[in-house]
Amino acid sequence: MSAALTLQGVHTHIGRYHILQGVDFDAPAGRTTMLLGRNGAGKTTTLRTIMGLWRASKGRIALGATALEKLAASDVARLGVGYAPETMAVFSDLTVKENLVLGARQGALDDARLAWIFGFFPALKKFWLSRAGALSGGQKQMLSIARAIVEPRELLLIDEPTKGLAPAIVGALIACLNEIKATGVTILLVEQNFRVAREVGDEVRVMDNGLIVHRGPMAALAADEALQNRLLGLSLASHQ
Amino acid sequence: MTPSLETRDLTIRFGGHVAVDHVSCAFFPGELTAIVGPNGAGKTTYFNLMSGQLAASDGAVLIGGVDVTPLSAPKRTRLGLGRAFQLTNLFPRLSVGENVRLATQAKAGVHYDMRRPWRASHDLVERADAVLASVGLLDKRDAPAAALPHGDQRKLEVAMMMALEPSIFMFDEPTAGMSVDEVPVILGLIARLKADKSKTILLVEHKMDVVRSLADRIIVLADGRLAADGEPAAVIASPIVQEAYLGVAPGARA
Repeated sequence: MSAALTLQGVHTHIGRYHILQGVDFDAPAGRTTMLLGRNGAGKTTTLRTIMGLWRASKGRIALGATALEKLAASDVARLGVGYAPETMAVFSDLTVKENLVLGARQGALDDARLAWIFGFFPALKKFWLSRAGALSGGQKQMLSIARAIVEPRELLLIDEPTKGLAPAIVGALIACLNEIKATGVTILLVEQNFRVAREVGDEVRVMDNGLIVHRGPMAALAADEALQNRLLGLSLASHQ
Repeated sequence: MTPSLETRDLTIRFGGHVAVDHVSCAFFPGELTAIVGPNGAGKTTYFNLMSGQLAASDGAVLIGGVDVTPLSAPKRTRLGLGRAFQLTNLFPRLSVGENVRLATQAKAGVHYDMRRPWRASHDLVERADAVLASVGLLDKRDAPAAALPHGDQRKLEVAMMMALEPSIFMFDEPTAGMSVDEVPVILGLIARLKADKSKTILLVEHKMDVVRSLADRIIVLADGRLAADGEPAAVIASPIVQEAYLGVAPGARA
């Protein structure tokens, strides 16, 4: 079983903007926690601050007993934190294979793990030795997710994984995330697609204006339309 | 009727890979066509070929019956073709208002003049403000584009396209990365463009509820080829969409 992630009073400034204004929440060990909220609420900044890509100006971030808030992103990654950003970020001039090698801490790829990943994202096998820059947008997204899960992690931070994915691949991704969770990995997931959030989330944390405004089980939020309206701004019925 | 936009045997090869393979299709004013297909089917590449971001290996692109295949992307824009991208393209260090004003200036053919500051061009500023209001960004006019959250950056890009007043609108996954409360803003905007009846609208979109609510017609690309073309209900029910795209066929991975 992996460790829990805990944030206490985390503040992040980007230039003159005060984005995170005291973020407090936990993501329980071995569970999938959804981080939801309107655009601009601070979800991506929260993931980037955990990862060490933004420096927290105040507050504590811990994975189990290990403090993360002073660590560089590379050291956070070496602790076993996988991160798939929202930007389809891959190394365009490297091949699909080389992108995945970079995601493996020992630099070696495990054949069985790869076969398992190819089962969800067959396009990566097809373009294994092609330049990642030649992939389509959705295929880059698959590669970015694959790099985060290319080896077992302690914690996975995934930002909008379904963005740009065709419906059949969204289905594969849901299956993939649930299989990863079954191995005991702690997952923190930002996702705008509420159907996906409902299918994979155990817990939910909702952000607004740089603060956590709701904590609870995902099933309770999924069952409470009034709460969805209040927290997320709209009836979600038409987007499921 | 002359199609507002047409491709004839449009093809592009990257090395041995044929990303768009002899696609012939015509688009008409007053019609919203959704383009669907699996990831890597060639949807964005097809857009890039029509808008001029990529040069075709073979075939032709016509705007209003005129062959524009040799023309650059800016020249096609001046002929009325507007394009918003899958990955947002903005001037990150300029303010939201400045980004849109550049587009209104480009449309009006106004160039930099030291003796005439932009503030003197009241009509352009008002036009830029009106466009910003229509996408719900007027209150963020003075923020740098780079400081906007992702969903707002996408709205800004749509605003810049609208400021160019094109007759052909190409949207590549306009709602991707938007939160559920914002999706209706963009959908409402597209619906208003559609109600105009004079605009040709092309939409790449993976959300089938969006496709169902907006599309007059769906074309399906698969492996770079035109695999289906027709009225939405029939295309959605076709095996190519059910199996290859939605993945609902028996035996498909759940």
